[in-house]
Amino acid sequence: MDWQALALTIKLASLTTAILLVITIPLAALLVLGRSRWLAALEALAALPLVLPPTVLGFFLLVLLGMRTAIGRSIAGLLGHPLAFSFAGLVVGSIIYSLPFAVQPIVAGFAAVDTSLLDAARMLGAGPVRIVLRVLVPLARRSMLAAAVLAFLHTVGEFGVVLMLGGDIPGATRTLSIVLYNQVENFDYAAANRTAALLLGLSVVALGAIYAVARPRGGRRV
Amino acid sequence: MFEFSLDSKRGSFHLRAECRFASRWTVIFGPSGAGKSTLLRLFAGLDLPDRGRIELNGRVLTDVGRHVFIKPGSRQAAMVAQQPALFPHLKVGANVAFGIVSLDAANRDARVAEMLALVDGTHLADRWPRDLSGGEAQRVALARSLAPLPRLLLLDEPFSALDGTASDALLSRLRIWTDEHQVQTVMATHDATDAFATSSDVALLKEGRLVSLGSAPDALASERDRIVSRFEIR
Repeated sequence: MDWQALALTIKLASLTTAILLVITIPLAALLVLGRSRWLAALEALAALPLVLPPTVLGFFLLVLLGMRTAIGRSIAGLLGHPLAFSFAGLVVGSIIYSLPFAVQPIVAGFAAVDTSLLDAARMLGAGPVRIVLRVLVPLARRSMLAAAVLAFLHTVGEFGVVLMLGGDIPGATRTLSIVLYNQVENFDYAAANRTAALLLGLSVVALGAIYAVARPRGGRRV
Repeated sequence: MFEFSLDSKRGSFHLRAECRFASRWTVIFGPSGAGKSTLLRLFAGLDLPDRGRIELNGRVLTDVGRHVFIKPGSRQAAMVAQQPALFPHLKVGANVAFGIVSLDAANRDARVAEMLALVDGTHLADRWPRDLSGGEAQRVALARSLAPLPRLLLLDEPFSALDGTASDALLSRLRIWTDEHQVQTVMATHDATDAFATSSDVALLKEGRLVSLGSAPDALASERDRIVSRFEIR
């Protein structure tokens, strides 16, 4: 078992999930509460990684974050190294790749909150930030959990973006999916079996946790 | 003094109403679909009219022509609708305290206790909204909306889940409280007994138009005839 790859995968997925939650809560609130006509375009943009082939996304990011573009060169100037083929670059790629998996459950959760509660909060003087933090987030906490688990698992399982953007650098960009690919390429099916089983186990446990929490008990669903 | 002149079109429904409520407590009476809730939502600032203005004691709350629109939370207005809309993740006490976070803890607790006592709900403070009956939830919703001491109170059939006696008792206590605190109150109802119970001015709303304003017996003369005719021997 490649423990280094396992640790790196969990670190990448945890960091991506944490950053995604911070980004997607205000984004989802804007999509649900906002009234601008541009929001439809923003929602479509946030859903784009869902239909874009991962290798295409990885290729665009590789070019954008590499030394060929001004953006890539300025980031390299700031960090001292280019984002492509680094762990930080992988985090950026994962955030974009898993964005829809975090945004969509939270948007659905926020949209399901009874609008009369939002009216009541507005009448009682709550501004948008208080409405989000004190009304929407607590009432949509199951959707937030679903978003976190989906984003985490999606990052754990990503392959195309990682390979394109990160390559296969042990300790920096070699995740479990890459390890599995390498094992199959080397015909080491016994090791591949163990890696695949671990990835499967992670998914089953996490999804089981979502459904266990989401299941109403004794009709007392808040 | 509460004045308004409003024009609002939503789909096929057209509300056009202009009035001045000189009385501190005014009942808007009308059948379902007459536009009572629409009118109250415009007063509250939850919706914006196509044209018109709303003024409370000389303060302009909405003026479409001059692009004036005071946000619902800054109008010193409170609204209690038929649906209590209590926050299900907060206990009753925290629900009542939601609109008075600017007060310090001691004053906030005192205000919550005072408001719950007013609606006869002191014993409900530690309950969850899901454990309340419909009538209890409506009492708590009223306490929550009164806690910030509003200048304008909008009641949209707020006691529909209470039986007649309980509703009358609460209404008379509320009437005394709003008089003491000089709160302009507008209550929408389709129940003629509510309109007579508060002995206030009654505005009759029909199909989006205010057709009469006056004392309950005058404004509701046609309604009275309709009710009486039901009991006539044919």
